[in-house]
Amino acid sequence: MDLDMNVNAPHSMGTTIIGVTYNGGVVLGADSRTSTGMYVANRASDKITQLTDNVYVCRSGSAADSQIVSDYVRYFLHQHTIQLGQPATVKVAANLIRLLSYNNKNMLQTGLIVGGWDKYEGGKIYGIPLGGTLIEQPFAIGGSGSSYLYGFFDQAWKEGMTKEEAEQLVVKAVSLAIARDGASGGVVRTVVINSDGVTRNFYPGDKLQLWHDELEPQHSLLDILNAPSPEPMNI
Amino acid sequence: MALKLPQNSLLGSQSDSQRTLYPYVTGTSVVALKYKDRILMAADMGGQQLALGSIDLKPFSYVHMRYKSVERMKPIGKHSLLGASGEISDFQEILRYLNELILYDNMWDDGNSLGPKEVHNYLTRVMYNRRNKFNPLWNSLVLGGVKNGNKYLGTVSMIGVNFKDNHVATGFGNHLAQPILRQEWHENLSFEDGVKLLEKCMRVLLYCDRSAVNKLQIAKITEEGVTIHQPYSLKTYWEFSTFENPAQGAIGSW
Repeated sequence: MDLDMNVNAPHSMGTTIIGVTYNGGVVLGADSRTSTGMYVANRASDKITQLTDNVYVCRSGSAADSQIVSDYVRYFLHQHTIQLGQPATVKVAANLIRLLSYNNKNMLQTGLIVGGWDKYEGGKIYGIPLGGTLIEQPFAIGGSGSSYLYGFFDQAWKEGMTKEEAEQLVVKAVSLAIARDGASGGVVRTVVINSDGVTRNFYPGDKLQLWHDELEPQHSLLDILNAPSPEPMNI
Repeated sequence: MALKLPQNSLLGSQSDSQRTLYPYVTGTSVVALKYKDRILMAADMGGQQLALGSIDLKPFSYVHMRYKSVERMKPIGKHSLLGASGEISDFQEILRYLNELILYDNMWDDGNSLGPKEVHNYLTRVMYNRRNKFNPLWNSLVLGGVKNGNKYLGTVSMIGVNFKDNHVATGFGNHLAQPILRQEWHENLSFEDGVKLLEKCMRVLLYCDRSAVNKLQIAKITEEGVTIHQPYSLKTYWEFSTFENPAQGAIGSW
């Protein structure tokens, strides 16, 4: 393709990020593709970043911007936790993200989803899109891949799901977005946060469900040809 | 008051009736190689809709995987196979031109038939002339064929750059597949080795090209004719230990 491949473009996480509350906590999910222009710079990146023991953030947009924002907030939260004498709440973490995003809105290009569990409010999800709006939601989707998920969530989201249902929903959603969004791909990572702690999960690309127009992966064409299968068409 | 035509000083004063300014639905890389006395070519079946937008005047381009069963390789006449990357509608137009060319050639009914070399030359002329009129066909083409025992593999770009080689690729394939081919291609590849080599290239493209789709076709051209195999998907590998938890050593990294 002769379109400018733009390998010097800033690293951008096209991305699909999701945060979902359930009965007892939250599930955060993301794809793992980081691209510079059309080149996939990292096919297994980790976009769900820890802020504290009980609060994580999903990053989208510019990789650099989202990393620096989360680094600053982790630093502030660390100090805050020491002063407070107990774990920071999700609301405080989200508001710190918001302050940085809002006050630097002209320079930053990153959409974030903050999710975690604290003893006062339980599981909470806060979406902080471009511009620095803070919005508390039962579920949030972000990144370029999220365009393909609005309809899906309108139909599939239910109040009061179990942990298993919520995680399956997130994996299914990220997988659907990966199928259609060129800027999303790789593996699906999830982080489940509840009163018991934090669990990281990893779903490799080839273990995901197949969608429309997708085929069962093979090792090689040679396996297909050597298997007892119909003859290829001859022209 | 005189009618003012749109300012287009450099590009001609006629109205822009139809020009491809930028592509809308595109296919990504095509990779091809010669082996023994034949040609092998591979291309995925993706058709990407380029979504161009901007946020705060900063341009964004998102690749929307619109079509997943686009045939980007087609047989031409008896001896050749054409693979194309770039704008699909322009590729379809080229197929119409070639169809007409082959038809007229057959109408002579003289036992002769256009071989890959002739088709490649025709395509070069078409692409270059369109480029000169600032109305290019937005494709990179790979033309392979076998006639009278002679194998031929050539490529033409959207601006008319054309050449022949033992292995060629378009788009991202030039950056990711050609280095592999330069290392591992040799004169006497068997069909199996050729397929494995192409699959190696296609797998790397699948990992590292944003517009790649995991559904590909491999085509074979021999003296007997052209065979385009059924579409299939490749297995991918994600089981590296560092992939599972990349941020372990440095929280907040990728």
